Amino acid sequence: MNAPDPLQQKKTSTWEMYRAIVGIGAFCALLIVSVYQGTYARIADNKARFLNNAIAGVLPAVHSTVEVSLDETGALIRATEPADLPAFLGYGEDDELVGAVITAQAMGYADNVTVLYSYSFDLQAIVGFMVLETKETPGLGDKVETEPHFLANFEALDARLNEDGTALANAIVTVKQGEKTEPWQIDGITGATITSDAIGVIMQKGSSYWLPAFERDARNFEPSSEE
Amino acid sequence: MPLKQVSPTDEFIKGLWRDNPVFIHMLGLCPALAVSNTAINALAMGAATTFVLLMAGLSVSLLRNFIPREARIVSYICIIATFVTCVDYAIMAISIELHRALGAFIALIVVNCLILGRSEAFASKNNPGRALLDALGMGVGFTGALFFIGVMREVLGSGTLFGVGLFPDGFQTWTVMVLPSGGFFAMAIWLLVVNWIRHRQEDAEKKTAEQAGEAAS
Repeated sequence: MNAPDPLQQKKTSTWEMYRAIVGIGAFCALLIVSVYQGTYARIADNKARFLNNAIAGVLPAVHSTVEVSLDETGALIRATEPADLPAFLGYGEDDELVGAVITAQAMGYADNVTVLYSYSFDLQAIVGFMVLETKETPGLGDKVETEPHFLANFEALDARLNEDGTALANAIVTVKQGEKTEPWQIDGITGATITSDAIGVIMQKGSSYWLPAFERDARNFEPSSEE
Repeated sequence: MPLKQVSPTDEFIKGLWRDNPVFIHMLGLCPALAVSNTAINALAMGAATTFVLLMAGLSVSLLRNFIPREARIVSYICIIATFVTCVDYAIMAISIELHRALGAFIALIVVNCLILGRSEAFASKNNPGRALLDALGMGVGFTGALFFIGVMREVLGSGTLFGVGLFPDGFQTWTVMVLPSGGFFAMAIWLLVVNWIRHRQEDAEKKTAEQAGEAAS
């Protein structure tokens, strides 16, 4: 029979393991929830201020906005509470409709990419674009925020509706870099293929959902002085 | 032979130069290279990492007799991830713009080997006071290294320091320095400087020792 190994560690009991892991888990959960509650109001204020600045960035003529939503019949109504992915009608100084701003998201390479973009009723085109939230690879996926040829897509990206006004006349899609031939196509980025494809999906999803209601109801919508 | 007693001051100072996590141990290089494109980003990442180092070091040291050996890695990661989440909320509460600039790298502090390494190698074997001094020294050393890299990249790559222009209008910026490859260039230059200084110090110490030996003989 072998002699007991003097270097062998004392065996840890199941109770000690549970006590340590559950105890640390409870402590961590308590701390995270406390910090979340403590910072929630401040973060909400910061996000609202950031969103206002972003809206002014993608729709420079805007003076005031109204957050809108769709009711069960698909009609445009004033939003009763802030949405996770809000949409706004933008009004100028004389309460004239200057455009709409849409937030939408889709899965990128690492996580959801959330985008804010503006729509011009006069041009029937997407005329401004900004990434609100991304966790894409620095130096690769995040090129969608900086690459000049990619940003040029959103100077006037065709988003016309079909004759019925029920859907986009042409699906917005991202094509390979240098292969854009139509005004509704997004010229992609080599090296950021998945992220630039995701931007196309976001624009298609957001526009299909909002633009039919915007084109049908926005001009008759009662603006307000809400900032 | 008894181990040499290390003074509390040495515990703090070692992270600044002799055991600097970035320039000597080459730890935490992912954020060091990725977020150091401006001085302010480098300082913010350094401050966030230092806070997590301090809190993780203190917690692990306080709980060192409570955490079984078999469960130590999962416990340390849980503690580190908790403080990283707190830092994430705190930065969002301070500035959404700063949070956006630091991007995914705040969350990635969880897997910064510097923090897990100090928790495992030092905090789990020392009292809270020493653990805090060690964490503070390592944190300041890490922040300093990021700051030096950030200053070089921002000054050469953007012609600014903390956003303030330094050069006349005609200055042609070295755009490559703010791109990811610029992080490697800046890192290489600083490693060259640090190693040159270290070799000079070692040579001087050798000479002093030889002279002392000759004098004694």
